[in-house]
Amino acid sequence: MEFTQNRSYSTRLAVIGSGLAGFSASIFALDRGITPYQIGNTGPLAYTTGYFDLLGYLDGAALADPWAGIARLRAEAPEHPLARVSDADVRAAFSRFCAAVTEMGISYTLSGGENLRALLPAGLSKPTLSVPATMIAGVEALAAREPALVVDFVGLPGFSAREFAANFKSIWPTLEFARLGFPEMETGAEVYPEVMARALEVPAHREALAERIRGAVREAGEVAFVGLPAILGVHAPDRVHKEMERLVGLPIFEIPTMPPAVPGLRLRELFEQVLPERGLVLAPHRKVERLELRDGGAILHFTDNFGEVTVEAEAVILATGRFLSGGLAAERGGIRETLLDLPVEQPETRADWYREDYFDPRGHAINRAGLLVDDAFRVLGPDGGPVSSRLFAAGAVLARQDWVRQRCGAGIALATAFRAVEEAAALLEERVG
Amino acid sequence: MPPSNSRPAISRPPHGTRTLETEVLVIGGGVTGTGIMRDLALRGIFSILVDKRDLNAGASGGNHGLLHSGGRYAANDTETARECMAEGDILKRIAPECIDECGGLFVAVEGDDPDFAESFAGYCSAAGIPSEALSPAEARELEPVLSDKTFAAYTVPDATIDPFRITLEQVNQASDVAGSRFLPHTEVIGFAMRDGEILGASCRDNRTGEMFAIRARQYVNAAGAWAMEIARLAGCDSVRLIYAKGTLVISNSRMATRVINRLRLPGDGDILVPGGTVSMLGTTSDRVTELENLRPTVDEVDRNLAEGIAMVPGLATARFIRAFSGVRPLLMAADSGADGRKASRGFSLFDHKDEGLSNFATVTGGKLTTFRLMAEKTCDLVASRLGNTSPCRTAEERLPVGDALRWTTPGFAARYWYSRKDPTDAILCECEMVPKSAVDSIVDEAPGAEDEMTLRAIAVRSRVGKGSCQGSFCGIRVSSYLYDRGIYRSPAGLGHMRDFFAERYKGILPVLWGKELPQAELAETLHCGLMGLDLAEPATVADDETDGGAA
Repeated sequence: MEFTQNRSYSTRLAVIGSGLAGFSASIFALDRGITPYQIGNTGPLAYTTGYFDLLGYLDGAALADPWAGIARLRAEAPEHPLARVSDADVRAAFSRFCAAVTEMGISYTLSGGENLRALLPAGLSKPTLSVPATMIAGVEALAAREPALVVDFVGLPGFSAREFAANFKSIWPTLEFARLGFPEMETGAEVYPEVMARALEVPAHREALAERIRGAVREAGEVAFVGLPAILGVHAPDRVHKEMERLVGLPIFEIPTMPPAVPGLRLRELFEQVLPERGLVLAPHRKVERLELRDGGAILHFTDNFGEVTVEAEAVILATGRFLSGGLAAERGGIRETLLDLPVEQPETRADWYREDYFDPRGHAINRAGLLVDDAFRVLGPDGGPVSSRLFAAGAVLARQDWVRQRCGAGIALATAFRAVEEAAALLEERVG
Repeated sequence: MPPSNSRPAISRPPHGTRTLETEVLVIGGGVTGTGIMRDLALRGIFSILVDKRDLNAGASGGNHGLLHSGGRYAANDTETARECMAEGDILKRIAPECIDECGGLFVAVEGDDPDFAESFAGYCSAAGIPSEALSPAEARELEPVLSDKTFAAYTVPDATIDPFRITLEQVNQASDVAGSRFLPHTEVIGFAMRDGEILGASCRDNRTGEMFAIRARQYVNAAGAWAMEIARLAGCDSVRLIYAKGTLVISNSRMATRVINRLRLPGDGDILVPGGTVSMLGTTSDRVTELENLRPTVDEVDRNLAEGIAMVPGLATARFIRAFSGVRPLLMAADSGADGRKASRGFSLFDHKDEGLSNFATVTGGKLTTFRLMAEKTCDLVASRLGNTSPCRTAEERLPVGDALRWTTPGFAARYWYSRKDPTDAILCECEMVPKSAVDSIVDEAPGAEDEMTLRAIAVRSRVGKGSCQGSFCGIRVSSYLYDRGIYRSPAGLGHMRDFFAERYKGILPVLWGKELPQAELAETLHCGLMGLDLAEPATVADDETDGGAA
């Protein structure tokens, strides 16, 4: 029996990609009354810490003030995507996005100012702009060097409270550590953060865990904060967090863990659940296989369980990411853009992609490869002009930035998605008018 | 003769430098040095073995693990070919757990010299190597990856050997039977000499910088590519080496059951060697003058592939997980050739008598396959100088199989873990299925476990970091576990993690394209974005924190 059928849809704006750039583009578009069609594969959100970095490092040095860092980029690297967005637009992108996420159910700190020093799992910290409410107490505890008890769990590999404390010890000597069995998962067999997080959505599990934590706090002596790996619920982390704080009687903070990590899963599930309720047409866990540019827009082709789907769009935002997400592909002979074979700015030969030293603070040349855009974030073609007035790009696929080393992944995603949506909206308005 | 079964006496001379005493000091922890240590021990002779880095840090850890049948040398070096055949048989008897008797093929493809192909069987029989001619169809039935342009094929008794495990077993046996000791990260930086005798070796612990002395009755230089430098420290100029760097690439799956050799004189990319679940293609040969900081390059990888694809076309689309390089120490001769391909693969033993020394010997050149014979000849000399008349026993005596020595064998950890059915024994390295208990046994008992083990040291003694993720996840997990066990207690543990990733990266870099690249991008996101390992030297993070202020 054949279930295949051909379906065709049309939309004003298609967003390709399901990372922060793709989802934020959809959020910004919905804000403007445009109902986008978004298609993206499983997406890289599961790899995030949950922190939204604006700009944390330049030339290997930490930035306390990201805005000063962006000003420096404007002077020294004017083609860095962040340098091409005004401070006002960057601020608008962050505040609208964080507000939207908060309103949808995961509270984020709204910060327009200095970078926060946020905790990393091995006992280091990093500068970031905005953190989930479940993690902010860790920033405060570190800043004040408050006595804290960090807890890890039997059977959870890759997160060690003892490691966390040992590496913070010189600057935060009042850290204590403890290991607990997670209620009903204490056999010693491997436990997964996502499973623990879902378990904590059930009140009985919260009570059982809180009781164990209270016991560990009593043993540790003076404790003002409790730190846990990020396991405080998937769907309602704020509620789980508040409930746990009430039961334990102390402020609690989460610490990011190795992927697949709960803070990213939360965002992905939130977006997939809430945005369609607001009108977004979402084809999650799908990959656009072919994209054809036309005079009046573009046609996207992909396949779902029922067969082929085509979407006719008046404008397209490519938020397809880099190699991990599939927006770029690397071959022995060079780097390719995967959907339209768009020109990719890249080093001359494969031998120039990487530096000799993995941790070279300057990062690797391949990280700066990507698509070039004009000031309206339209993708540039081989002749240096826009490929199409209707094709925009946003996020990590853009050239001349190194989001990992500069800690500016969310910054680039949000700021450039914001700008791309503004420009796309202007184009669509024009057409309507 | 001093007692053999005791730890060395430690005396503190007036100037405060620690001195270790031993019968024999062996320099170089490769397969030959550890083979010498074992051979001596089986003759009742106690030794200290030092390496400036760790076991197999040079050529012994940078080869394809091919236990040559001798076929590769049959055409141009009958003596080496015979030695390979004979030594291969011995190793299969004494260390079967280290060896995969996979067999080998020699194949000629369109463009190769038909006359050479035709003469191959004759060369083999002259060297005593059993071989059988196959039709191209028969060969492709055995190994479907072979090119359809194959026109000649022969079987040979090639095999593969786990060079890490055999080294560990040798150290282990020497320590068990004679109390011999291995000191990693111990570099010999000079010799004290008087009247034609070495009185002592000045050593430096390369981790702490501590200087100390080792006093021995006999000194053996088995430093491989570094043998010329060590000989010069003892004032000996007779050891003349040239260095040929070789680079290999590793695919993420095993492409053939047998070793596949190109049927022609040795060149780039003409051997594909299986190693458990992967295959290794190699090797290049380039003359180099520097021994430090060698790394595989994009160009070497591309040269291997260009040649290898002619023999095994699937290499064009295979996924590679890593490349690595080693340096062959070759004995200098007038006709060695620009790339060292024509230099002899035979070995030399120098007694340094003509240079006026009575207690120093150097062994170098040779091949992984013939290391036991190299050790035997060296130990015959050393034993006779010590007045020890015990015969060599290394060809008969079985190598013992210790618990801590099994983890380098591909697939062992997975079988062990499944058979134990212990859910609390968490897997730390998912690619190679290395559980916590493996790390426990290594840090408790493996040779070199006396000190705080780096992640790199654990990786040398196991499959940690050797799978398709190349350590990007397991490095984090193993390190957390070592903190949990209290083995790491300070930011030095983060330093070990950094070193481990930086070291793995050297091999990953030249094979980064295709499916490997997303993996590398994820790794960098983890190591820099999540762990923060690029931010600062972990030991100085405290300063960084204070300066940056905690907002």
